[in-house]
Amino acid sequence: MNEPALMAEQGTSLWTDAWLRLRNNRLAVASLIVLLLLVFVCLITPWIAPYGYEEQNLELGATPPSAEHWLGTDVYGRDMLTRVLYGGRVSLMVGFIATSVALLIGVLWGAVAGYVGGRTDAWMMRLVDILYALPFIIFIILLMVVFGRSILLLFLAIGAVEWLTMARIVRGQVLGIRRQEYIEAAVAMGLPTWTILRRHVIPNTLGPVIVYATLTIPQVMLLEAFLSFLGLGIQPPQSSWGLLISYGAETMEEFPWLLVFPGLALAITLFALNFLGDGLRDALDPKASKD
Amino acid sequence: MSLLEVNKLSVSFHTRNGVQQAVKNLDFRVDSGEILGIVGESGSGKSVSCYSLLGLIPCPPGRIDSGCGLFKGQDLLAMSEAELRAVRGNQIAMIFQDPMTSLNPFLRVGEQLIEPLVYHRGHTRAEATERAQELLDEVGIRDPKRSFFSYPHEFSGGMRQRVMIASALIAEPELLIADEPTTALDVTVQAQILQLISELQNRRNLAVVFISHDLAVVKDLADRVVVMKQGECVESGPGKAMFAQPQHPYTQDLYAATPQGAKAVESSCSEDILLEVNELRTVFPGNGGAAQPPLVAVDDASFVVYRGEILGLVGESGSGKSTLGRSILNLVQSQSGSVRFEGSEIRGLPANEMRPLRKQLQMIFQDPYASLNPRMTIYDCLAEPLLFHKVASAANVQQQVLTLMDEVGLDRRFVRKYPHEFSGGQRQRIAIARALASEPEFIVADEPVSALDVTIQKQILELLLNLVERRNLTMLFISHDLAVVRYLCDRVLVMQHGKLLESGATESVWQSPAHPYTQKLLASAVTL
Repeated sequence: MNEPALMAEQGTSLWTDAWLRLRNNRLAVASLIVLLLLVFVCLITPWIAPYGYEEQNLELGATPPSAEHWLGTDVYGRDMLTRVLYGGRVSLMVGFIATSVALLIGVLWGAVAGYVGGRTDAWMMRLVDILYALPFIIFIILLMVVFGRSILLLFLAIGAVEWLTMARIVRGQVLGIRRQEYIEAAVAMGLPTWTILRRHVIPNTLGPVIVYATLTIPQVMLLEAFLSFLGLGIQPPQSSWGLLISYGAETMEEFPWLLVFPGLALAITLFALNFLGDGLRDALDPKASKD
Repeated sequence: MSLLEVNKLSVSFHTRNGVQQAVKNLDFRVDSGEILGIVGESGSGKSVSCYSLLGLIPCPPGRIDSGCGLFKGQDLLAMSEAELRAVRGNQIAMIFQDPMTSLNPFLRVGEQLIEPLVYHRGHTRAEATERAQELLDEVGIRDPKRSFFSYPHEFSGGMRQRVMIASALIAEPELLIADEPTTALDVTVQAQILQLISELQNRRNLAVVFISHDLAVVKDLADRVVVMKQGECVESGPGKAMFAQPQHPYTQDLYAATPQGAKAVESSCSEDILLEVNELRTVFPGNGGAAQPPLVAVDDASFVVYRGEILGLVGESGSGKSTLGRSILNLVQSQSGSVRFEGSEIRGLPANEMRPLRKQLQMIFQDPYASLNPRMTIYDCLAEPLLFHKVASAANVQQQVLTLMDEVGLDRRFVRKYPHEFSGGQRQRIAIARALASEPEFIVADEPVSALDVTIQKQILELLLNLVERRNLTMLFISHDLAVVRYLCDRVLVMQHGKLLESGATESVWQSPAHPYTQKLLASAVTL
C-alpha cells in the first residue's frame, strides 16, 4: 500500500522455515508427490476409468491381468483397475474428511479446555475420558442403527472417535503455551479470550497437530477397512480398498491378484503418509529451528 | 611454567547455515593460586574456549581448528578421550551456572559427593564420607553431618552452588573452571559465593578460571582478566590495572555500559498521584497438603505512584515483586486490599470492565524470547493493539506501525520479519513498542533488561528513559539489579518475603538505608 512497506524485507516465517527443511527430506517429498498423484488420479477416475465399477461380465469371470484388464477381473468379471480406482476415492475421502472432522473438533475442544482451565477443563476432559471408555464399535453400530447407513455418517462416526486423541494432544500443547509471556501480554492488552485463542494459542499448537493428522489419516483408512469388513461400512457394489481386500482375502489362493492390487494401493498410501508425517515432525520441531 | 597455557586456540562450528568461528587465535595462561577472569558478552566464545579444552563441545558441529592447551606440560587437545577423562573432574574440575539442574534430584547429596571417591579411587565408604563432610563444612554448609543425608531440593540455590563447589573440590583438583557460577543467584548469595571462591583459592593454592559476563563481579575477584569479543581476545592483563585504565575501545564500551552512579536527570514527576495501592494481598493457594501450604506472595503492600515518575521495585527472587506488579494489573488475582488508578478502584474488576483500562495499563516482560508470538510478524504484533484499542484505523495503521518502530529504534525494513529473526535486544524493542502501541499512561516493566547483554542493556535503559520523558509515562520498574535501579529510578521500594520494607527517593535510600535488609542488600552489590 504505502511507499515504505514496499521496501520491507520479507521475513521467513516458521512455516516457510519448516517447508525449506521438509524440502531437503527426499523421502518426505517423494511421499508428498505420490500422495498428490494418488489424490489426483482418484479425483478424475470417473473420466479415465476403462469400465464402470458395476459393469459385470459373468461369462468372463475371474481372469488374471491381461491387455484388456490390466489388473485382471474379479469373480463377477468386473475390471479390477476400475474397482481399485473407485475404491481409492472412497478410502481417501474417508481418510481426509474423517480426519478433518477429528481435527476441527479436537483442536477446538482441546484448546478451550487447556486455555480456560479449572472446572471447565475438568468437565471437558472427563467427557473425553468417558467417550474413550466406550467401545467404539458399539458406538458406531448404535449410530448406524439410529441414523441408518450412509457414507456421510461413516465419516462422522469415525471422526467422532478420532478427535479424542487430538483433543488430548492439543490440550497438552496449550497448557505449555498458556504460561508463555506472549499470552500474558495478550491478556494485558485486553484481548477477549476467543481472540487470544484464535490468534495466539491455536496457531502455535499446529505443528504437532499437523504431524498427528498425517498419522491419523492411515488410522482412519484402516478403521474404515475394518468396519467395511464387518459389514458396517461401505456396501457393494460400491467399494473401498478395505472392502476389496476383505473379498480378495476370501479367494486368495485361487485368484491372488484380487488381494494383491488393492493391498498394494493401501500399503503405498500408508507408507507415503507415514513418511510424510515423519518428515513433518522433523521439519516442525521447534528445537531444531532455533539455530 | 604455567599450570595451563593455551596457545592460538581456534574453534569453529559447522552448521547448515555455514561456518561460524567461535574462538579465534586465543591465548591465555593460568598459574597456580591465580584467578583468571574471562569476560565477554553472550556469544563471545568465553565458555566454548574452556569447554573445547576439556573435550566438552559436541564435534561435529564443533571443530578445533588449531592451537594447543598445555596443562602441566601436556597438550589437552592431543589427548585421547580416555586420557582426558582422567584429567577431567580429577585435576580440572568445573562448576556451572545453574545449581538447580546440575545435581541429581533422586540421590542424596552425600551419595553424589562420595561417588567419585568410592567408585573411581577405591576409598572405603567411611573414609569418603568423612572427607565429604569435611568439605561440606569447608564450603560453609551448616551441620554437614545432616546435610550429607539431605536431598538437593532441601537446599536453596546458594546452598546448592556450595554443594556443587564441594563436589568439584572432592577430587582435589588443581584447576577449577567456574562458568558463570553466580549468575543465577541473588546478590546477597552471590557475594557469599564469590567470597568462598576467593577463600578456597587462597587456602588451597587453587587456580581458577572464572567465566562471567559481568565486569563488576570479575573486577574484585580476578588477578588477571581476558576480555573477549566475537571469539577474539581484545584485551588482557592484570585486573587492577585494566580496570583503572581500559585500553581497548570495546573494554571501554563495556565499562561505560555497566550502569553506575545515580540517575543523571530527574524525571519530571509531580505530586499528582496516578496509582494508589492499599494493603494489597495476594495469596497463592497450596495444594492442600503439607508439602505445599498457601503462599502469601504479596503481604499487605501499600504505596503510591506519582504521575511521571519511574518507581523502582527491588527484591531478590521469590520476594513477590513480579506478583505485586501483576496483581496491580489484574493479571494475577489478589485477595484483598485496593488498587486505585486515577482515583477509581480497579482491583478485581471483571474482564469486560477491565478491558478499556487495559489501554492505559501496559506491561513489558522479562524474556524477549518468550514474550512475542513466534507466528506473528512485527507488523501483526504491533497492529493488533493499535486496531484493538482503536488508536489507529485500518487506513493509517501501517503508518502508525512504522512510526512506533522509529520511536523504539527499529529499522522500518524489518516490519515483515518474525521474532526469531531478531536478537534479544531488538526483540525487547519490539516488546516495548507493543506496550506503547495503546498509548498507555502506566507501564509495569518486569525485569526488562535482565536477559540482555550489558551493552544492549544500556541501550534499552536509555530508550526507556527517553520514552518516559517524551511520552510523560509513569513506570513501575521491577528489578533485582541494584545498579540498574539506581541508574533509572526516581524513587525505590524494597521488598522481601512479600512485604515492603522501605521506600524513599533512590539516592537517600542508597546513602542511608534504614532497614537492615536494605543495608545488607546494598553491601552485597558488586560495583565497578
